[in-house]
Amino acid sequence: MKREEFLECMAWCGTGVVYGLSGAGMVGRALADDAASSMPLPDRTFVQISDTHIGFNGKANQDVIATFSQAIDKINALPKPPEFVIHTGDLTHLSKPDQLDTVKQMLGTIKAGAFYAVPGEHDVINDGGAEFFKTFGHPSGNRWFSFDAAGVHALALSNVVDITKGGILGRDQLEWARTDLAKQRQDTPIVIMAHIPLYAVYPDWGWTTDDQMELMDQLRRFDTVTVLNGHIHQVLSKVDGKITFYTAASTAFPQPKPGTAPHPGPLAVPAGELGKLLGIRTVTVHGGSHTIAVADASLAS
Amino acid sequence: MRFILAAVVSVALSAMSAHTSVAIKDYAFQKPVITVAAGTTVSWTNRDDDPHTVTADDKSFDSKGLGNGDAWTHTFTKPGKYTYHCSAHPFMKGTIIVTEAAKPQ
Repeated sequence: MKREEFLECMAWCGTGVVYGLSGAGMVGRALADDAASSMPLPDRTFVQISDTHIGFNGKANQDVIATFSQAIDKINALPKPPEFVIHTGDLTHLSKPDQLDTVKQMLGTIKAGAFYAVPGEHDVINDGGAEFFKTFGHPSGNRWFSFDAAGVHALALSNVVDITKGGILGRDQLEWARTDLAKQRQDTPIVIMAHIPLYAVYPDWGWTTDDQMELMDQLRRFDTVTVLNGHIHQVLSKVDGKITFYTAASTAFPQPKPGTAPHPGPLAVPAGELGKLLGIRTVTVHGGSHTIAVADASLAS
Repeated sequence: MRFILAAVVSVALSAMSAHTSVAIKDYAFQKPVITVAAGTTVSWTNRDDDPHTVTADDKSFDSKGLGNGDAWTHTFTKPGKYTYHCSAHPFMKGTIIVTEAAKPQ
């Protein structure tokens, strides 16, 4: 895709979502929210964090532990602890034992009902993910899994192992997803979580998932599908029918906007700007209406 | 005498394995295609802040994650064409062409 086409797509695709900067940071919400009046059921929340890269030390951020600590403080300062926290990958920079130990200890200080993680390519770079899945994987030992919490049915997927171009889900995982999704009601809010974007953000940099279309076809019958990804270290959104895609900010360092640099990678920004480009995401599931509101808060807010 | 000395030097040289290096920088193998004689040891050094790997497309060799400044070597003993990539950034591609080892004169 050429850059002009990409920008055109982003502009067009953005029409269904209110998204931008506010005094409280980056916020987004589905337009359907406006139709929802006060409902008797309480709102339920969960939090997404991403790309903490413990072990990174470069010009783009010389203290990734400090910025991750700020992100944890923001989660712990929420009015109500989230029902769960999902980390969408690249917990560590190089999957070294001390890095895994540090991030595990820090994650343990988060006040939330449960913690889940999906792997990033940095989490599988040494051993195909063996250590990552042992430390952060699902108790079942499965490398992909689903769960019900916060009023949603969530699929936690792996699309970073044996990648050849963009991300890859693979035959086994797609078949598992088909079986899992077939059991869900059409009006159950579905949340899909994976590290590499599940739509074509910028294929030249590998910012896409090669076999995502088959998964999308399985998702089209649902009333509300929210796809949460990491990997690209910036907040982007796209609407495709009833499926809305959101990529997340990192807690460690930003990356260039798609196609604006010769290659992807850690982006050094002027002092004072870093916190504005890092953040956490709170997802609110409105009781009764089943609508989803996504709010991104920067570490500077 | 002079002839014998030259022969000794020649044998000593052929016994020493050759070395060459490839820098990994700006999300690219800086010498994407190199040709070496069998027995050559190739070393890769990562100069980016992001980790990279040197992974054979057929998985016959794999450096695993190389952080900034990390180096990894591999000795190519058999002639052939070896294509490789970075497992974290598959758009980074490289090729090593290994020719027959130079015969002693």
